[in-house]
Amino acid sequence: MPNNKVLAIRRQNFAGWTMALPACLLVFTFLILPFFMAFGLSLTNQRLVSPNPTEFVGFENFQQMLGIGLLTMEPDVDDTGNIKIDQEGNPVYPRVRNFTRNQDDYPQYFKKREWFRIGLPNDKMLVVLAQDVVFMKALFNTLLFALIVCPIQAGFALGLALLINQPLRGINIFRTVYFAPVVISMVVVSLLWRFIYDGQNGLLNALLQMFSLGLFESVDWLGNTATALPAIMAMSIWQGVGFHMVIWLSGLQTIPISHYEVARIEGATRWQTFRFVTWPSLRNTAILVMVIITMQAFTLYPQVQVMTRGGPLDSTQSLVFQAVVRGYEKQDISGGSAISVLLFLLVLSISLFQRYLTREKD
Amino acid sequence: MGHVSLKSLNKFYGDLEVIPNLDLEIPEGSFTVLVGPSGCGKSTILRLIAGLEEVTKGEILIDGNDVTYLEPSQRKIAMVFQSYALYPHMTVAENIGFGLTLAKLPKNDIRKRVLEAAKILQLEDLLERKPKALSGGQRQRVAIGRAITRNPKVFLFDEPLSNLDASLRGQMRVELTELHSQIKATMIYVTHDQVEAMTMADQIVVLNEGNIEQVGNPMELYEFPQTLFVARFIGSPKMNIFQGKVAAKYQCQTLGVRPEHMEISHDGGILKGSIRHIEKLGADTLIYSQISGYDTVTARIIGKLEMNIGDPINLKFSDNHVHRFNDGIRIDS
Ligand SMILES: Nc1ncnc2c1ncn2[C@@H]1O[C@H](COP(=O)(O)OP(=O)(O)O)[C@@H](O)[C@H]1O
Ligand SMILES: [Mg+2]
Repeated sequence: MPNNKVLAIRRQNFAGWTMALPACLLVFTFLILPFFMAFGLSLTNQRLVSPNPTEFVGFENFQQMLGIGLLTMEPDVDDTGNIKIDQEGNPVYPRVRNFTRNQDDYPQYFKKREWFRIGLPNDKMLVVLAQDVVFMKALFNTLLFALIVCPIQAGFALGLALLINQPLRGINIFRTVYFAPVVISMVVVSLLWRFIYDGQNGLLNALLQMFSLGLFESVDWLGNTATALPAIMAMSIWQGVGFHMVIWLSGLQTIPISHYEVARIEGATRWQTFRFVTWPSLRNTAILVMVIITMQAFTLYPQVQVMTRGGPLDSTQSLVFQAVVRGYEKQDISGGSAISVLLFLLVLSISLFQRYLTREKD
Repeated sequence: MGHVSLKSLNKFYGDLEVIPNLDLEIPEGSFTVLVGPSGCGKSTILRLIAGLEEVTKGEILIDGNDVTYLEPSQRKIAMVFQSYALYPHMTVAENIGFGLTLAKLPKNDIRKRVLEAAKILQLEDLLERKPKALSGGQRQRVAIGRAITRNPKVFLFDEPLSNLDASLRGQMRVELTELHSQIKATMIYVTHDQVEAMTMADQIVVLNEGNIEQVGNPMELYEFPQTLFVARFIGSPKMNIFQGKVAAKYQCQTLGVRPEHMEISHDGGILKGSIRHIEKLGADTLIYSQISGYDTVTARIIGKLEMNIGDPINLKFSDNHVHRFNDGIRIDS
């Protein structure tokens, strides 16, 4: 190759890199750097503003969050050796505090708090203690949210896509309607649904009362520990279903019509057509949908922020919400970073696991 | 078994009338080829017989039974698509046995019938492969295998060879003809390629804009084209068409002469011109000449020929081999 040609290519390369530089810098400053900083900060005791110098603390933040203890308790016994019974006829157990405030006898329970308890046979009681109960609840809620929202949302979305993938007149109206919630910001949707879920004169209560002819008692959907998380789940499913419907739809439309015609000629029932033709052809789409939904589910945040702020009684805490609360409201940057890092590792390992499960087997 | 009758068949797509009024008898056991230019409604007719499209008017009978409104699966037909329509996630064996799996036959029976079909089509060694690991010709055979296991009265083929290269196409033509003589079911075959029609059919149906131009065996169509359309469509290279003075000499509007019936005249013929192009095929030579007052005239001359492009040429033909047409219809004297 002639020498001046090499030079020209080098010059072009240089010009190219110069033009890409601003974008690279932005990506580096606002995406790559914070990502690695989160890892670094999660190993320190950095605060948002603090007079004390930052120190390296190793994995203390993680130990703090993930510390768990199991405590098995026997019922209290009175002087005659009988089990003490309370007014409702249940055995009486010692106070958990007796164990967690006693550093000398029970160092493994020290400073931990009760997360939940499970009754065992022979009147024994298993108490699960956690160093950071709020974090544990956030972790549990996030996992539960993902576990329930992912399959339901994906299933509904596929159902809608199948319904909508028909050459009917006016079908585009339905496509638009189902997709509409997706283009509305989650914050706005959350605000609207707060009214729908309102305990006094919310739309949901009004509807339920109407259809039950007044028999239904109003429920404060977001103010009740039993209904708050399910309410957020339902609304999240509704909001995201249109997006995933469109992904399924794009998958459905890649299936050649002749594949369905062969099935018709061979006498496939509707179910067999789905089972043998549609579903196997959607394999790659299904993987895509599952990965996206899982990631979205794990980043549950605006709904909680707008609708419940984690309450009531921490029943709607989520990991991202906790990361924000710690980092900014409690000014505990290192704690927030540690949650973010854990979330990243969690989502990463789940995605890798999903990829392993769905790998090409031949 | 497998006599197909189409009675006063009529098909609209929306406002577009594709098949105006079609009557056709397809005898049982025949290899009938529907041939015509693209867009003339061949696939539509095939899909009407299959039941993939609904007729607008008319009746379809198979062995005397009215199947006009039956589901495709109840018509005892099988169809092979141009795109093969194999399921990429299934192995060759699963594709071939698809219909049997749907019918919930016992696994052993499925296996047996898949093997039978595979043997006929020489697919035994490929049964565990996925379609993407097969060549075009092999895929085609799998699609045919799937049709065979249905044990249909009527096979429907929609341009099954058009995705194959020329040499493979020639080979598959032979295989399909052999398959037909082996299993003796009725076969209805759609193509736009008149060579396929001529080489495979025992009955050819020439279609033009949804209407039948002529039905007959290949030689009838070649020797006695009943319409100008058939005369032009059947035969390669195409028949020479003359109008004006030459046609008038034979008392017709249009005169057709096949290239092999043209001769070089050495004592001055009626067709004077110069050579535009020569194709030497070995056994014979094709001469394309520019004749004054006419389009290009093609002549097929047996053997080799020592002439060059641009040379003057005189052509003639004998009266025994002319085809005469008035208003596009053959007239016999
Ligand atoms: N589903 C359809 N909707 C509307 N028009 C169609 C449809 N299928 C075919 N046509 C039209 O009908 C005519 C005949 O088509 P087709 O039977 O596929 O022709 P061929 O197979 O001979 O090429 C064409 O003009 C085509 O555009
Ligand atoms: Mg066609």
